[in-house]
Amino acid sequence: MIAFLSQEWPWYISGPLIAIVLLMLLWTGKTFGMSSNLRTLCSALGAGRQHSFFDFDWKNQRWNLLVILGATVGGFLAAQYLTDGAPMSLNPKTIAQLQAFGIEDAGTAFLPDALFGMEHWTDPKILGMLVFGGFFVGFGTRYAGGCTSGHAITGLSNLQRGSLIAVIGFFIGGLFVNHFILPFLL
Amino acid sequence: MIRTIVFFGIGIFFGITLFKSEAASWFRIYEMFQFQSFHMYGIIGSALLFGMLFTFLLKRSNAKSLLDGKPLVIPDKDKSWKRYLYGGTLFGIGWALTGACPGPLFVLLGAGFIPVLVVIAAALIGTYAYGALRSKLPH
Repeated sequence: MIAFLSQEWPWYISGPLIAIVLLMLLWTGKTFGMSSNLRTLCSALGAGRQHSFFDFDWKNQRWNLLVILGATVGGFLAAQYLTDGAPMSLNPKTIAQLQAFGIEDAGTAFLPDALFGMEHWTDPKILGMLVFGGFFVGFGTRYAGGCTSGHAITGLSNLQRGSLIAVIGFFIGGLFVNHFILPFLL
Repeated sequence: MIRTIVFFGIGIFFGITLFKSEAASWFRIYEMFQFQSFHMYGIIGSALLFGMLFTFLLKRSNAKSLLDGKPLVIPDKDKSWKRYLYGGTLFGIGWALTGACPGPLFVLLGAGFIPVLVVIAAALIGTYAYGALRSKLPH
């Protein structure tokens, strides 16, 4: 059983499981949206004293913080106990492309060591990439009112036009950076 | 107590799924934006297909919350387009750079990638900056 679960989970299993997370959250009277936790954390850290956007009773969002805490523990459990060390089934073209950029562990590691390795993240260029990227993950999701879970899954499932526009935006920004910026950064 | 266990449990299930599906991997996001694999499109597409079905059934059945029996909330998004296009594009920039959206950030932290804390801290600053600038931005 553990060996079975330790393989790479195919998309046709993973996608429906994510839909089950949506179902469980909707059916318990909540919504599926992970970026809301960033707002809740800002509020819990006291940002409501400066800006009304964060001035709400964040304890009402405790359930969502529990979800994200669970996801953190889930990441730990999966990395510790459900990993068989087999290479990731990336497209060989992707692997060759990344290796040409000097990312040697494409296909073998879960995250590129050149970006997230303990010896590399303090490099000014890499640090800039993580900080700049993280900033726009936070700023963009709140501006758009949702991220992949809130718009691409929940919003589109509920046939929301705004979510479709947001997902188009995700790809405008993502494709631009992936094709025109990353080749110079990596 | 039961609520704590339920939401924590849903989170664990979600976290394991994001890790084992590799949706939390920078490599998979890179590959997705290169259109070199169906993997990520399959995950999002099948989640969406089943999500539509579940949302439709919950709405049509007028189901009540399993926890407290209150009516379910499935909120509609605003009718505007600016905030979605501008905000979505900015998030896309961050997604392609860090290879992570807000859920996977926490999954990766749990998986032991400590430098992800930098991304989480920056995302909190980004969220704060939006809250500070909100009234000046086109929505």
